Order: sequence, then structure tokens, then C-alpha cells
Amino acid sequence: MSSQSVLQKLEILADAAKYDASCASSGTAKRNSMGGKGIGSTEGMGICHAYAPDGRCISLLKILLTNHCVFDCHYCVNRKSSNVARARFTPQEVVDLTLAFYRRNYIEGLFLSSGIVKSSNHTMEQLVEVARILREEHDFRGYIHLKTIPEADPEIVHQAGLYADRISINVELPTDSGLTRLAPDKSAAQIEGAMGKVKADLVEAKDARKRFKHAPRFAPAGQSTQMIVGADAATDSDIVGKASRLYDSFKLRRVYYSALSPIPDASAVLPLKRPPLIREHRLYQSDWLMRFYGYKPAEVMQATEADGNLPLDIDPKLAWALKFREQFPVDVNCASKEQLLRVPGLGVKAVGKILASRRHRTLRLDDVARLTLSITKVRPFICTVDWRPVLLTDRADLRSLLAPKTEQLELFVA
Amino acid sequence: MTVKQALGLQHVRLGTYYVVNLPDADDFDFWRERARALVQCEVPPDRIAWVEPGGSGDLFSHGERRMPVPPADARPVRANRRFVQLARNAALHSDTERFALLYRLLWRLQANPRIMEDKADLDVRRIEELDKNVRRDSHKMHAFVRFRLVESDPDALGEEAGEHYVAWFEPEHHILRANAGFFMRRFSNMRWSILTPRGSLHWDGSIMSEGPPAQRSDAPGGDPMEDLWRKYYASIFNPARLKVGAMLKEMPKKYWKNMPEASLIPDLIAGAQNREAAMVEKGALEFEERPDTLEGIDRAIHACRKCPIGALDNNAVMGEGPRDAALMIVGEQPGDNEDLQGRPFVGPAGQLLDVHLEKAGIDRRTAYLTNAVKHFKYVQRGKRRLHQNPGAKEIDTCRWWIEGERAIVQPKLVLAMGASAARSVLGRTVSISKVRGKPIPLEDGSELWVTVHPSYLLRLEGPAREEQARLFDADLAAVKVRLGEVRG
Repeated sequence: MSSQSVLQKLEILADAAKYDASCASSGTAKRNSMGGKGIGSTEGMGICHAYAPDGRCISLLKILLTNHCVFDCHYCVNRKSSNVARARFTPQEVVDLTLAFYRRNYIEGLFLSSGIVKSSNHTMEQLVEVARILREEHDFRGYIHLKTIPEADPEIVHQAGLYADRISINVELPTDSGLTRLAPDKSAAQIEGAMGKVKADLVEAKDARKRFKHAPRFAPAGQSTQMIVGADAATDSDIVGKASRLYDSFKLRRVYYSALSPIPDASAVLPLKRPPLIREHRLYQSDWLMRFYGYKPAEVMQATEADGNLPLDIDPKLAWALKFREQFPVDVNCASKEQLLRVPGLGVKAVGKILASRRHRTLRLDDVARLTLSITKVRPFICTVDWRPVLLTDRADLRSLLAPKTEQLELFVA
Repeated sequence: MTVKQALGLQHVRLGTYYVVNLPDADDFDFWRERARALVQCEVPPDRIAWVEPGGSGDLFSHGERRMPVPPADARPVRANRRFVQLARNAALHSDTERFALLYRLLWRLQANPRIMEDKADLDVRRIEELDKNVRRDSHKMHAFVRFRLVESDPDALGEEAGEHYVAWFEPEHHILRANAGFFMRRFSNMRWSILTPRGSLHWDGSIMSEGPPAQRSDAPGGDPMEDLWRKYYASIFNPARLKVGAMLKEMPKKYWKNMPEASLIPDLIAGAQNREAAMVEKGALEFEERPDTLEGIDRAIHACRKCPIGALDNNAVMGEGPRDAALMIVGEQPGDNEDLQGRPFVGPAGQLLDVHLEKAGIDRRTAYLTNAVKHFKYVQRGKRRLHQNPGAKEIDTCRWWIEGERAIVQPKLVLAMGASAARSVLGRTVSISKVRGKPIPLEDGSELWVTVHPSYLLRLEGPAREEQARLFDADLAAVKVRLGEVRG
């Protein structure tokens, strides 16, 4: 194995990390390298340094320390029984790569994860060691995200939080039964226990900083998690319910969804078809509705269809509006912010603009059109001084009028 | 308008056309100072030409270049914070009309101080658009500048001696100077230069200096680290998720020529479908519809080549027993004898099992006997075929068949003998010593009992064998008792 070059290892260990959806580098403490010995800065907003042809951004050097693993999770390309090529970086190699890439402005920092080798504690110690060398020996002030191992000693996880901006613990699957079936070496209780411990550490560190200016920071960008969608029978309702419980219980910053991707050498237990990427997108949209639009989890669940899944052809906000047509039309000239946020096609920014503009003028349909991306989508759900969609909201075929047209094209392709 | 203000107008020669030459394209403070004076002298927007360096000032050669002097008692110029914020940024835009727009808005602000809140106003929309474009261009500069290492100046002192990082970037707007701070704060302890067609920046670790516009050929051509970066870029891309539109939206082609990784994009896209197909082929095994009769499964396993065992010169061995047996006994895989006879548990281990089953009072003929893996795995040694344990992957693949048998027979109890058998039922490897002797509930409502494989007993000798045989008997006895309970 030692004969592998860094280039070969990078190829294997970046490839092994490509199924992980999360790559954010925002929301951490502001800092820069002025007055220090090293390099690096974070200014609140993360920066996407490149985009891959899969449409996902590259913000961090996202790699595994090793893809050797003693666990055997069926959905994971690195599971013990998989025949993929294996490689292992030393902590110093990861440090050198991170710094070399950062100096050339390729990345915002490092997102390090790992297969479990020897023991959970040993693996977690190696991850922490990478972060320690970067922070202490090189005074690196860029972003570090460490994926922690729920089975590891909480004390080592705590160390990770002292060096990292964000730490995450994967819940893996939306249901406990899915976890039992597909990740036999993992336990839901252990995962949630680890999340709870991190939450306690976050609260404690925040409290300490109120009292002592120099109290150490603990994961200033908080904790996040990821779940795999489409590997088990969980419905969107189950998933949304699970996510909202996680947000509530563990004060998570983000829940990432990752559509089960075809993996080389997949386990025979997995479903044979991959779920449509659009499902993952709809789940992110519903996540957005809860975080920025004031929807309750139960309301998102109301938008699902009889099978418990969100419709794929229209977004969840439109799906909700079509189910609750009695809430519309909303008068843009006098409706509350909360009501406006429920209008399909009106984003948070558009609502802000409407609220500001209507203090100066009574809005007409043309005015609203200037403030929104697409008036066609909005029109059936609002009224203005010169517009009232009485007939439109009652039309039975409203959904087909508003659903994206590409969907209809497929009828003719066949 | 008061008489006093009307008198103020006397300072302005009505009909005068003013030309203001800006010293730099991004000099907002200069504009602000001139604009303030012009507003105070009540010069309307359509009487001013704002000319930036290199702009076509000749067209306005007839204009007045001396600035009017505001009256001493002129009203202070009003501009709220929102306007100043937007204007400072919008002034960096490459649109030659931007200073005129800023002045027009400033002029209108005097009569309507809250005009910036009217998001439907055309001028407000335009300045917000300019601001947005400039912010986006700045953001892309933060993201897409690519430094290349130049080993020069070996006599330089300090930790980073001789290392100079140089980038070539082509911003769309006049944003270079405004973004100097970002790069300085990020790369404080590095010596770097950013060269652009609009000017250049140089940081030596303590002092920022500006240089003249540069050409692409002034910047270095490559960096050994780019091979690693390209390898990373290609590897982190998941071909199963191709979304070219989403990429182009955030990384338009105009930026590609200065990004080393972008040269890979056409090939990555072109190869994606094949790579995904290969991943799916290597990954998801294309099982056809599973037969719903035992005879159908029997036929299908003979044709199964989903793992390498099936390709050996061997038979396939189907389970046997009543179609509605309450007890299913699962072994590891057929051995040499089983393979030759085409029946499970007929070799030495099977004979030993028979002895123990009889002892426990379980009639073999009432149970359904089968194996986790349907084919005999062996290596040829001369004339002998030596048994080999199936791998986890092979057991998992063969689960497809044993799950079919379980679905048809629907046993109330499953007795798994050995770790392979337990894995084929549970999907995970368990430690037999930890789970033996107690039921494990299964999803379909039945129960799994785990014990050792009789061939394990065959390998032991003396007291160890006696001890294990006793434990094996105890496990079978517990199953017998439980069988009586679940049968009711």
C-alpha cells in the first residue's frame, strides 16, 4: 500500500467521498490570518470554488482518511464486503494536500471523513490529529468539517469540536428498521446519543463564551447530519418527520439528504432502482419551507400524496397550496407576511420587496410581475387592485396548468 | 421653493452642460464629492456627462469642466444608508451609464427620501441589478482565482522564502481594488499577485501595492499541484448525478479558460453515461423477477451466475422438505457429496445433524432443509475438491434465493447453523456465542435461532467436542420446545 502515490490515493479517497451530499462551508465564526503565522479566513459566507458536472459545488477538499472499514453497511461503497480499491492517507499527507490546495485558492478548507479501521476510537483520533496539525502547527484558519464516529469515545469527539468548525454525525437512514437492516453494525440509540452529547457540548461552550471572552470555541458552525434517501421503504412523510425531530432535539444546522446512488459493487440487499434525484430535491425544498417559510412539519406532511410521498412533478409549496385552495387568493396589498410566504412562486426576497413597495404604492399585477421571477406561477394565488383570479383557483386542472411543461413533453416522447 | 433657494439658482448658468472626468473607473468617493456639489447647485441629471478614464470625453468637449460652487447656505444633500451602500457597489459596474444612474437617483432622493424602498421603481431596480452583478462578480473572483506557484527570488527572507503565488483573472467589472482586502485577509502570510486586464495587485506579506494592467502571458503557465487538483475534481464528480445545467448556472463558461480543472469538463460529461452504466452494472445485480414456486427457484439457481461460485464446475443444490414446514434449517453451502447428489445435508455433517436431530426429537422429514449459498465453492487439489467458505459478498448475493424460499415456505422458526447461515438471514455477521440459545425476531414475524454448524463439531476432538455437542443439543432442544409453543 505504501507504494501508492499521493495521486493514486487521492483518486481512491476522493472517489469514495463523492456520495456524501454535504459540502457547506458557511455559518462559522469570522476570522482571518492577519497577525497569525499561517493562512486562511472565513467571512461568514462559504465560497464554492468550482462546480462539478453533477451540479454540486466544490467548496472543501472532501476526502476520506481511509476507505478501509470494519463495518459492513449495505448502502456504503466502502463496506467491508465491497471489492473496491483501498487506500489510506497519513494525517500529514492530508494536511499537506489541504494547505497546497488552499494556497492556490482551490478550496475553503477540509471536509474529512473516514472508514473505520482498527477501532472507532483509533479512527477518531486520526481525524482529530489532522485537524490538530492544521490548526496548531500551521495556524490554519480556514474551514474544517470533521465527520465524527458515533461509536467513538465522547472525549475524542469533544476534541474534534475544539478544532473543527462543524462536526457531523450521520443518521444514515430515516427509520430505525432501515438502519437495522442496512447498517447492521450501527445503532440508532448510539447515533442519537452522540448527537445529544455534541449538542450538550455546543450549549456549554456557548454559555462559557458569554462568561469568559477567551473560552474555547466549540464547532462554531454547529452540527449537521445526513440521511440516505431511497435505500429503505421510508416515505417522504417519515423523512420529514425524522428530520424535524432531529432539528428540534439536537439543534442541527442542517439535515442533508443524499439520494441512494448506484455504487460499484453494490450489496444485493439494496433496491435495484435508484430513486429519482428529483425526490432528493423535493425534500430539500420541504426542508427550506420549514426553515425559512414558517411551515410546520405537519403542514409539509399535508402536502404529501396518499402514499406519503411528496409529488415529484410540482414543488411541495405548490402542492400544499393546491390542497388548501380556500387559503387563496391572497391580497398582496394587505396580506400578512406569513400569508404572502405561502403563495407559490413568491420567495422570501420577493415577499420582502412586496412589503417594502406597498408602503409607497398600491400594487398592481404589473408591479408584482416586476418583483417576482414568474408571474404566471403566482397569478392564480393572489389578487391586486386590478386582478382577481376567481375562476382560476377553482379550476380542476390548475395543477396541470402550473406543473412544469417538460413533464408533459414526455408524453409524446414515448 | 423659497426666494432664497431661487436666488441660489443664480450660481448656475441655466443650460450649461457639465462634464465630470473621473480619475479612476472605480472612484466612488470622487463621484460622491462632485455629485454632492452638483445637487446643491441644482444641476438636473440631464445636464451632466460623467466620463471615466478612456471614455469618450471628446463628445462632450463643449461641456463645462469647471465645477459650480454651491451657495454657502445650500441645503445639505440627503442620501440614506441603503442608497450609499448600493451606490458604492454599483459604481464598480462596467456599465458606462452607472454614474448617471447614481446621480439621477440621488437627485430624486432629495424630493422623495424613501424612494429606495419602492422596489418597483425602474431606477431602484436598475441600481439593485448593478449591485447584484458586481457582488456576483466579486464572489466569482473570490472563488475562481487560481494561484500558481512561481519559484522565484531565492534570496528572499522568511518562512515562505522564494514562494510567490501568481494568478491571472479577468473580472467583468471594476472590482479588483475593492477585493484586495479579501485576499489580503485570507493569504496574509503568503507572497501573492493577482494580474488582471484592468490592473494588478501585489502583496508581499505586509504591504499591498498596485500595478498596471497585465496580460495573460505575464502570468505563469502551470503548477505541478494542478495534476492533483484535476484528479480530485474528476474523482469527486458522481457520474450518476449528471446535472450540467446546474453547473453552468453557477460556473459560466466565460470563467473556464482560467480554471485548470475546467478543461476536464467536456470529457467528464461525455463519459458520464458510460460510467454510470458501468457502475449500475457492477453494482445492482440485474435479477429477474423472482420465481414464486420452489420448482421455479430450483430451475433459476441452476442458471444463476451472479457470483463466481456459480461459474465453477458444480451443480446447484435446492432446499428440500415440506412446502409448509414450520421449521427451516439453514446450513452454509453444499459440500462435495451434496453437490454430487444434488441434495442438502447428505455428507458427513448432514449425517451428524441427523443424529442430533433425532436426539432432540425433531423429525428431519418435517423440516425444510436448505443452505445459505446454493453452489459448492471449492478449489481443485489434484483429484480432490477442497471446500472453501463463501465470502460475505457471495452470501449476500445468494440471499435473493433464500429469501424466496422463506417467502414461499413461511416457516415459524428458522434455525441458522453457523455464521454464514445467520448472515444470510440477518444481513449481518453475528457472533454465534452471543446470540445462540435465544430467539431473534424477524421482520416477517418468524423467529431466528442460531447455533453452530455440525461440521464444526466434526473438526473438534475429545472433551472440546463433547462440550460443543452438549451445547448443540441444548440449542436443538430449545428449538424443539419453542416449536411446540409456536405450533400451539
